Amino acid sequence: MFLINCPYCGERDQQEFKAGGEAHIERPKQPTELSDDEWAEYLFMRKNIKGVQFERWNHAHGCRKWFNMVRDTSNDEIKAIYKMGEKPPAQ
Amino acid sequence: MTKNLRVKSSEYIDETNRISFKFNGKTYHGFKGDTLASALLANDVHLVGRSFKYHRPRGIMTSGSEEPNAIVQVNPGTNRTEPNVRATEVEIYEGLEASSQNCWPSVEFDIGGINNFLSPFFPAGFYYKTFMWPASFWEKYEFFIRHSAGLGKSPTSSDPDIYDHRNIHCDVLVVGAGISGVLAAKNAAKNNFKTLLVEEKNELGGSTIYENNEFNKIDNKASSEWLKKEIEELKGIKNLEIKTRTSVAAYHQYNYLLARENLTDHLEAKDKTNKIRQRLLKIRAKKVILATGALERPLIFNNNDRPGVMLSSAVKKYSEFYGVACGSKNVFFTNNDSAYESALSLYNKGINVEAVIDIREQSESKIVKKVKEAGIKIYWSHTIVDTTGYKRLNSVSIMKLSNDGTSVTGSKISILCDCLGVAGGWTPAVHLYTQSGSKLKFDEEKKVFLPNKNTSEQISVGSCGGDFKIDEIIKNLNQKLKDTLNIKETDLDNIKVEIDQENSKRNIWLLPSDKPLGKTKPFVDYQNDATAKDIKLALREGFRSIEHVKRYTTTGMGTDQGKLGNMHALGIIADTAGVKMGELGTTTFRPPYTPLTFGTIVGRNVGKFFDIFRRTPMNDWHVENKAEFENVGQWKRAWYYPINGENIHQAVQRESKAARESAGILDASTLGKIDIQGSDASEFLNRVYTNAWSKLAIGKCRYGLMLNEDGMVYDDGVTTRLGENHYIMTTTTGGAANVLGKLEDYLQTEWPELDVYLTSVTDHYATASLCGPNSKKILKKIIPDLDLSDENFPHMSFKEANIGSIQCRIMRISFTGEHSYEINVQASYGKDLWKKCMEAGQEFNITPYGTETMHLLRAEKGFIIVGQDTDGTMTPIDLQMDWIVSKKKYDFIGKRSLYRSDTMREDRKQLVGLLTDDPNIVLEEGAQIVSELNQSPVEMLGHVTSSYFSPNLKKSIALAVVRGGKDMMGKKLFVPMENKNINVTVANPVFYDEKNERLNA
Repeated sequence: MFLINCPYCGERDQQEFKAGGEAHIERPKQPTELSDDEWAEYLFMRKNIKGVQFERWNHAHGCRKWFNMVRDTSNDEIKAIYKMGEKPPAQ
Repeated sequence: MTKNLRVKSSEYIDETNRISFKFNGKTYHGFKGDTLASALLANDVHLVGRSFKYHRPRGIMTSGSEEPNAIVQVNPGTNRTEPNVRATEVEIYEGLEASSQNCWPSVEFDIGGINNFLSPFFPAGFYYKTFMWPASFWEKYEFFIRHSAGLGKSPTSSDPDIYDHRNIHCDVLVVGAGISGVLAAKNAAKNNFKTLLVEEKNELGGSTIYENNEFNKIDNKASSEWLKKEIEELKGIKNLEIKTRTSVAAYHQYNYLLARENLTDHLEAKDKTNKIRQRLLKIRAKKVILATGALERPLIFNNNDRPGVMLSSAVKKYSEFYGVACGSKNVFFTNNDSAYESALSLYNKGINVEAVIDIREQSESKIVKKVKEAGIKIYWSHTIVDTTGYKRLNSVSIMKLSNDGTSVTGSKISILCDCLGVAGGWTPAVHLYTQSGSKLKFDEEKKVFLPNKNTSEQISVGSCGGDFKIDEIIKNLNQKLKDTLNIKETDLDNIKVEIDQENSKRNIWLLPSDKPLGKTKPFVDYQNDATAKDIKLALREGFRSIEHVKRYTTTGMGTDQGKLGNMHALGIIADTAGVKMGELGTTTFRPPYTPLTFGTIVGRNVGKFFDIFRRTPMNDWHVENKAEFENVGQWKRAWYYPINGENIHQAVQRESKAARESAGILDASTLGKIDIQGSDASEFLNRVYTNAWSKLAIGKCRYGLMLNEDGMVYDDGVTTRLGENHYIMTTTTGGAANVLGKLEDYLQTEWPELDVYLTSVTDHYATASLCGPNSKKILKKIIPDLDLSDENFPHMSFKEANIGSIQCRIMRISFTGEHSYEINVQASYGKDLWKKCMEAGQEFNITPYGTETMHLLRAEKGFIIVGQDTDGTMTPIDLQMDWIVSKKKYDFIGKRSLYRSDTMREDRKQLVGLLTDDPNIVLEEGAQIVSELNQSPVEMLGHVTSSYFSPNLKKSIALAVVRGGKDMMGKKLFVPMENKNINVTVANPVFYDEKNERLNA
């Protein structure tokens, strides 16, 4: 059970949060101009890394804000947390 | 006739407090302080159970939570009964009853014991190999397997006890209160760390507390005396909370641990009532100090499982702590010095020790000398090759070990004995450590896995960290405490430890016998009856991974999770496969460390507290009027209102007719309501719904369909424009929370530039939906001054009005196809609104209807219910709702996906109506639809999603999804059921009032 440092509320138990999949997958601005393959890439393809992964999390039972997390999926170490729209920390 | 083996009073046993208890129906006596195991041993009862597979007689092996054999059913036949309880952990109390498990008719005479003689036919993987063929026989096999499998019996009535959960936050959690844990907790608390010390037993002090060995001295005192003084000092320390009878079950990431605190299991029945039985502690600790100790290993030799074969350390504990002799002719079998401590302990209490059998060639330590001086015979370089005694050990046969330890030589010596203490070395209890995600490393010298890489702020101290001697323990503990707690000095700085102990050990994982392995039974996992030969067989059959061998042989898969035998299993695999143990790794230790009761896990969340109920403001009225309820998400919704003993069908038929013929009223308060404001609100709706919103006039309503980005229908509902920048959206009852979440997600992450604010107002408004041809007249009676003409208040429009002084929002929208109004008031007025409508509608026979009638009425109109007629694979095109998908809008969520090759396929499942050829047959929802009856395998075209008998059409109607259904209008299909095939015809899903004439009736 993680202890997550919400950028708006501080450290809270994982059960207050909802995981939202891979981060930094921007919704295409002009979806109609994409080929089926390009759209499928956005829609379905996720990296699912064993190791350092960038993820979206939502403080669903708290401030309801979305934010980003860098997590090592092999040992669940949370390496960084930053707000939506902020640049990911350099790896 | 039972012998009394109580040898000498112990300070932990209160001999003035005599307790009677029953085991297998027979009454025995013990004393306050006894465990069930110690009390049985004092009565010379060793045989307590039968093994899982071979039904071999088994006895008490250990004195703690690692016990594999002595697992009993506590209080059988009562509603407090509990299976698979370790007799070594049950504290006896007056009236306790316990019985053996896995035996019939009794533990003394067990029919299943025949399995022991059939054991050549039960090799590893027996079930996998045998019950494969023929496949159709599985059901017959299963019946017998289920009956012969399993250990204890679950209670059949509900649990009378109360359970609880508690959150604890602390600076330092110390797990285990042996010498290391006690000293760690004391020093942490004294340095102002808020400290919690938990101990699974009822006494602090671990094994040191009964250590009267003259060779271990701390500050010139016997280590037990010294530790008692330390424990006494704990009492006055602030910041320190101590919980005994508390076992840490799980150690999760970020120092989150779950522990079970046992509060009443040791009390008499009369003292248990109205008390919390067990409490689950959810502990979040800044730092964790694991002081979980070490478990003694047995040795693996032929027939090493007989009642009377015990761990050497257990024999010592029973004698020192409980004052019980486990036998009158004791023998020890060892590969290290520990057994000599036990032997000496027994000798000093006047208990007869026949011999010590040592696989080592020699040991020169003082304790060995002392044993020699006591006149106890020591057999060096010898091993036990066999044991005898079916229900109780009566002899061991020993032979000389070859130099390489793989065979035996010379002649066999038989030694009569009734108790054998086995000492195979110590295994650090690293279970919790690895659960935390931390990694182990194999120590070649000590032959144990030790903590290596920590993933959180934690240390392992004492023997679980690899320190087995008191001087090492205190020295390393001191340093670790200073490093972890960042303190300069501790109580331990000036402690003087004198010790004379040798660590010499000869490690042989599987001891040889004079018989070939195939003819022996060297048990590795006692509870699951896995032997060394099973493990070797698994390797011969090609299993290599330790995890696979575990599953194939079931080694380590019992309720004890192989606490005793896992290391031997690894050792045997390593030796056989010729690899190093360190390379092999260990199997995964999973929570819980010791089994938890279901009660502890669920705590207070039982019965009506299992989940939250949400009730509408009109709920009391529904209850008073005898509504039946259904669960919709967490909501309790009125399902139907039976009168005069109607069943559901009769009630729904009556309600449906009334709603169409005169007037009906539905509690629609549960619909999700989201208040949307901001200068970009219209643009936002354009992006989240499939249809266009910019041109919706203020005061108008529009139905919207929301898709996922994959093009599949996600939710639907009517949204009303209240002002230039103000909308109120309704969602499905079940979808409300998810829709809000999804909208917030897009606003925060994809479109942060939009000026839009979302507020959930589901609970703020109560909604009564008035429908039917007389609904207008009823509303007129309630709000006489509101112009209800079609010109002023047409279908799909909105008015604000007052009922008396109560403000309300009225939408003229319809989910039934009838002329309808949805009246919204502040939630606290909901019940009054409802009563007012009922009163005003009385002359029109206004009929309250529930969700079932609502479903029927909308099905007559072919309106979908998201989640019933859709299942996350339906696009609006599949639903034949092309009309709601804007062609003009550049983009909306899911639009691009509607043009993927897969979503454009013509043969997708599409929503259609189905009419049964016999109008009286009502299809079953979920029934499959086919076009051919004589094909095998037959192609499944789709399934029925909604089905009712329509009282207004006087026939059965159904909605269904059918592959390529759009082009099948009028086609004959079949719904094959168990006993008959039903003929159906594909029809327009709008069965009633296709021209929508009734909306303005």
